[in-house]
Amino acid sequence: MEFNDNFILGCSAIGAGLAVIAGIGPGVGQGIAAGYGASAVGRNPGAQGKIMSTMLLGQAVAETTGLYGLLVAMLLLFVKPLLMK
Amino acid sequence: MSPQLMLASADNIDFMIHGIFSYEIFGQTVWITTSHVCLLIVTITLLIFFFIGGQVFKHAKEIPGGLQCALEMMVEFLDGITDNAMGNKGKGFRNYIGVLFVFILFSNISGLLGLRPPTADYGVTLPLGLITFVLIRANEFKYNNLWAIWKDKCSPLPPWLPIWLPINIISDVAVPISLSLRLFANILSGLVMMTLVYGLLSKIAIGWPAALHVYFDLFSGAIQTYVFCMLTVTYIGSAIGDNEESVLKRMLKKKKA
Repeated sequence: MEFNDNFILGCSAIGAGLAVIAGIGPGVGQGIAAGYGASAVGRNPGAQGKIMSTMLLGQAVAETTGLYGLLVAMLLLFVKPLLMK
Repeated sequence: MSPQLMLASADNIDFMIHGIFSYEIFGQTVWITTSHVCLLIVTITLLIFFFIGGQVFKHAKEIPGGLQCALEMMVEFLDGITDNAMGNKGKGFRNYIGVLFVFILFSNISGLLGLRPPTADYGVTLPLGLITFVLIRANEFKYNNLWAIWKDKCSPLPPWLPIWLPINIISDVAVPISLSLRLFANILSGLVMMTLVYGLLSKIAIGWPAALHVYFDLFSGAIQTYVFCMLTVTYIGSAIGDNEESVLKRMLKKKKA
């Protein structure tokens, strides 16, 4: 069976959309981190700077998995590895 | 219908790397791309910056002026990154981490000047990750003897049962990949967002994209720079461990005693 290019491109677009669902995880994780950060500042307002930098560092690391999903989506959309040339 | 229909509605969406000219070397075609040009611009800017900084510190005054104050604060901040994570052992890494920080920061915020950020090219971030990898492994061998490294590589299980060894090696190899992909994907996503805003909303994109630039270029770029340097320092520090002196020095001392 042979698929034409448009079919493969459409499937790639669906795949890209599914790949970006990976953004849910980091979103939840960053929200939790921010919530705990806020409660930590509430308990100890003097340490706001340190809490802030630790929170941002952790969030940036947690963001990685979501970005991998984005990367896969970008590859599917713009590099089109499934399309035979 | 052509397969190009996806971007048919917007011709001016373009965040790809473009070749400027190519030459042949050893039968391979090598392209000079926009990334090279942007890297060159960033590097020249940094060189000018460093030259001015060097002149300021050469004629340093007892009571510092505005520029000297700012530079001293910057150097103290950069030294603080290594000193906080590695303590006394971090002295030798201050120069590398400082230059790394300034380079990545300038690369990331060069999007503000209309350049394509060089760090949105995987060919730029992967070498940075590989340098980190080499530094980690070299310092591990410099500060630990082979038995300690073997024990560390089998770490959750006893050293005579190396079942965990391949998993530890895989997690070591994943370090440069995840480091470089994190920086690359963050800057690329910012670049894509800005390009989409300018490409799709070009009629109403007046003034307000500046706020997006502040987030995607300045904030995200600065955070990712900090994360990259911080993780590099942390990995090197954990590879060195608690040893104060290198293996060679300890062996020489033993011979003398």
